[in-house]
Amino acid sequence: MKPMKLVMVGNGMAGVRTLEEVLKLAPDLYQITVFGAEPYANYNRIMLSPVLAGEQTIQDIMLNDVDWYRENGITLHLGKKVVKIDRKNRTVHAEDGTSAEYDRLILATGSLPFILPVLGNDLDGVVSFRDIHDVDRMIDAARKFRHAVVIGGGLLGLEAANGLKQRGMDVTVVHIADWLMERQLDETAARMLQKSLEQKGLKFLLSKATGQIIGNDGRVTGLRFKDGQEIPADLVVMAVGIRPNTRLAESAGIHCDRGVVVNDTMQTYDPRIYAVGECVAHRGTSYGLVAPLFEMGKVCANHLAQMGIGRYTGSVVSTKLKVTGIDLFSAGNFGGGPGTEEIVLSDPAGGVYKKLVLKDNKLEGAVLYGDTVDGAWYFQLLREGRSVAGIRDHLMFGQSHVGDTGHLGQNKAAAMSDEMEVCGCNGVCKGNIVKAIKENGLFTLEDVRAHTKASSSCGSCTGLVEQILASVLGGDYSPQPKTKPLCGCTDHTHDEVRRAIREHKLLAIPEVMKFLEWRTPDGCPSCRPAINYYLISTWPHEVEDDPQSRFINERAHANIQKDGTYSVVPRMWGGITTPAELRRIAEVAEKYNVPAVKVTGGQRIDLLGIKKEDLPGIWADLDMPSGHAYGKALRTVKTCVGSEWCRFGTQDSTRMGIDLEQAFYKMWAPHKVKLAVSGCPRNCSEAAIKDVGVIGVDSGWEIYIGGNGGIKTEVAEFLAKVASAEEVLEYSGAFLQIYREEAYYLERTVHWLQRVGMDTVKQRVLEDAEGRKAAYQRLLFALRDEKDPWRERAKEGVQRHEFETITL
Amino acid sequence: MSDWVKVARLDEIPRLGARVVRSAGKEIAVFRTAEDQVYAMHDQCPHKGGPLSQGIVAGRQVTCPLHGMRIGLEDGQAVAPDHGCVPPIPAKIEDGAVYLRI
Ligand code: SRM
Ligand SMILES: Cc1cc2nc3c(=O)[nH]c(=O)nc-3n(C[C@H](O)[C@H](O)[C@H](O)COP(=O)(O)OP(=O)(O)OC[C@H]3O[C@@H](n4cnc5c(N)ncnc54)[C@H](O)[C@@H]3O)c2cc1C
Ligand code: SF4
Ligand code: FES
Repeated sequence: MKPMKLVMVGNGMAGVRTLEEVLKLAPDLYQITVFGAEPYANYNRIMLSPVLAGEQTIQDIMLNDVDWYRENGITLHLGKKVVKIDRKNRTVHAEDGTSAEYDRLILATGSLPFILPVLGNDLDGVVSFRDIHDVDRMIDAARKFRHAVVIGGGLLGLEAANGLKQRGMDVTVVHIADWLMERQLDETAARMLQKSLEQKGLKFLLSKATGQIIGNDGRVTGLRFKDGQEIPADLVVMAVGIRPNTRLAESAGIHCDRGVVVNDTMQTYDPRIYAVGECVAHRGTSYGLVAPLFEMGKVCANHLAQMGIGRYTGSVVSTKLKVTGIDLFSAGNFGGGPGTEEIVLSDPAGGVYKKLVLKDNKLEGAVLYGDTVDGAWYFQLLREGRSVAGIRDHLMFGQSHVGDTGHLGQNKAAAMSDEMEVCGCNGVCKGNIVKAIKENGLFTLEDVRAHTKASSSCGSCTGLVEQILASVLGGDYSPQPKTKPLCGCTDHTHDEVRRAIREHKLLAIPEVMKFLEWRTPDGCPSCRPAINYYLISTWPHEVEDDPQSRFINERAHANIQKDGTYSVVPRMWGGITTPAELRRIAEVAEKYNVPAVKVTGGQRIDLLGIKKEDLPGIWADLDMPSGHAYGKALRTVKTCVGSEWCRFGTQDSTRMGIDLEQAFYKMWAPHKVKLAVSGCPRNCSEAAIKDVGVIGVDSGWEIYIGGNGGIKTEVAEFLAKVASAEEVLEYSGAFLQIYREEAYYLERTVHWLQRVGMDTVKQRVLEDAEGRKAAYQRLLFALRDEKDPWRERAKEGVQRHEFETITL
Repeated sequence: MSDWVKVARLDEIPRLGARVVRSAGKEIAVFRTAEDQVYAMHDQCPHKGGPLSQGIVAGRQVTCPLHGMRIGLEDGQAVAPDHGCVPPIPAKIEDGAVYLRI
């Protein structure tokens, strides 16, 4: 088939990102031609501010050089401005006569700086701040002249002013509003910002309206305000806003309303013509930050690649000011309004100001000045629209996990030296990450993971990696959106996949992929295990488990080790064993030359370093059930000795633990599940950091849920107090079943609880007695007749091929 | 001199899975895709020697079980942005049997 012709007008950040996505999805579908009015290949416009400030060079900020276009077979017309779209003949024409035909056209023409309609705005020395050309002119002026005036005290204006100051000019910022960045900041924060900028030597004239720019011999010499005051100026930078560049679209009769109007699939009124980036008006909004533009690009590419499933539904944005030494972050609606409440921390002397705006128990907006460490976290809460009722009392103090494993704050990230290790699991230093971000033009956490492996293992350094991204990129970094697809094979979210499986009674992985139009023929290592779990948990006894869609540990029912051997952890109910059992373990260890025998942190015994071929034999000889130490499943139920032996014990915690373990044994779950039972509040089995923790008291049992002792310690929350052991089983079983049915794959109980809220769970487990009983019954039904996987493999020859090597 | 050696019946290798073949003390991973192509290579990940045969097979790639590096089954090359390569071993199917050239 002959490839279709795809033409793009505008060679900027949004457009080229769209092409990258198209090439990823459908590399051969189009023959691509790009027109760019600027004489440069694609560069990181955001970084013009550090270039102006002398902190980076143009070479540093190139994202795609001309070789990239060549390697991808793209015809690139640089320095050619398109002036006409002939929609009838589907051709675009550039100023110099170059033309190109299209089957599909992308408009990515960006914005134009707004120029104040005052006398003298065309004088030599009056510039805007938009592209490399503008920056060159400013750098040149800084060499020759002294007085710079920046009109506009917004993000762009302040970055321009800072850059010119760094280049040695005497800079005055003129702003029409009463305080700086009035669209992003409230007055208190703005005053603090102004003070620190003044300390850097900038001057400010606020509440000033420019009347005229005065000049001599065609060159600017000063500024006159409407109130008559005059100041000298050799350079005037207009940074008073941008307007979507719709000229070309309008001249072609494409509907525009402030921006080029597009629908949720990024199509304009001419269905062959798409538009992305700052030139667009989507649902009445135009965006001026790259994060939403990249989201648009992704959706547009999906449709161009004929996948037809992405939708762009708008974005919440956050901003940061890229002035070295100043930490400023704002997001969402921080202005307040009816029904909102504010939490404010104000320490002007200490240089810290934070304001959080809440509405209906959700975070609506945030302004942080002086300490922006938690910006990413607040932004995530904001976008997810998650209830913060439960964490309200410490919300202001930020994401509390400030610890050794990396969550140390962005100031720290910026201050870290390049050799300092960020990701302990993969041995990645800060320098590697910064280099990867710069060299490969990375923008998201996932990109960094793919290129460096940092934070791709245990994830505990995720916060730090995000902060490094933020410190390198400035405001264009945004944490992952809440509508995250399950994986790269689809645009559907976990919820959507679960719903489809339930509502359409899908019973096998290929069926799910077909129904939801997966992009890959048989998925990937992220989605296959997730779908497999969703299937078996939704339709127990009806769906057949797919071993090939399980990670090796769950496929072989043993933990793979770094040298390719396996470990075996048999179940010891509630941590209780017998001399006979210990003897058997000892004999097995000797018979198979097991190199290491270890008591685990979960009250049982681990045989390490076992060859895969020996697994079935060892299981047969041990004759003990699987401990599922390898699975997203019920792991251990830790117990203490309890009232049977302990002088303080109030309840028989060992028995309770064994009962729980035997009831829920063989339970697959979204993630691993650990339980513990203690006989009194001294809590020797550490029940407070378990997914379900049970603590005996004189009058019965207290049940706690959502604890976690792993990467980030979380203390379990109190769920209920019950009188009998039967109730402990029913309440914990119901809780676990709802978790099994509703959490996302690889979400532990605590993270699921944080997402859905403790109140919801209490309502369903405590208040709705019918619902609780039904959920418990569903769990028992799912577990009924489940076989022990070791027994099946050791004695019944199940999956024999998994353990046999073919020897030639 | 290398020759085609019969190692297994196709149905002895699980679809979207692999078997390990031991030959002259070396372990070879033999993969089978969803469309019943077979590919073989040394059972050693270029990263830290992980057993590729134990990974998840999807499309024409296998993901190493130890640290998740992806290896193309056809050429043994690590999928970008990773680097590294495992030399592939020629494999073919004839009359429902799998042959390797070793
Ligand atoms: C064997 C054991 C260490 C020991 O020698 O004591 C162990 C070993 C492993 N743990 Fe653990 N954990 C062991 C108890 C724990 C505990 C303590 C406990 O259960 O009381 C914790 C903290 C409690 C918790 O989970 O909340 C623990 C928190 C983790 C985590 C972090 C989980 C989290 O959500 O933050 C991981 C990583 C993961 O699961 O993704 C992990 C992962 C692992 C893995 C499976 C890593 C892997 O994927 O290969 C280790 C397997 C080693 C191997 O090669 O066999 N292990 N691990 C313990 C087995 C207990 C058992 O009898 O089953
Ligand atoms: C100094 C500065 C700092 C910034 N800082 C940040 C920040 O910290 N965080 C953030 O998220 N965003 C920031 N931004 C905004 C960000 O750079 C823009 O949102 C983004 O570049 C817009 O991408 P785009 O592709 O829509 O437009 P552009 O990148 O402007 O690309 C449009 C291109 O189309 C070309 N063009 C227009 N018309 C035609 C035509 N008819 N024919 C051919 N070519 C044409 C233009 O010359 C231009 O090269 C900053 C911008 C500037 C200027
Ligand atoms: S056993 Fe647990 S703590 Fe120890 S190295 Fe492995 S994952 Fe880390
Ligand atoms: S050994 Fe294969 S990814 Fe590390």
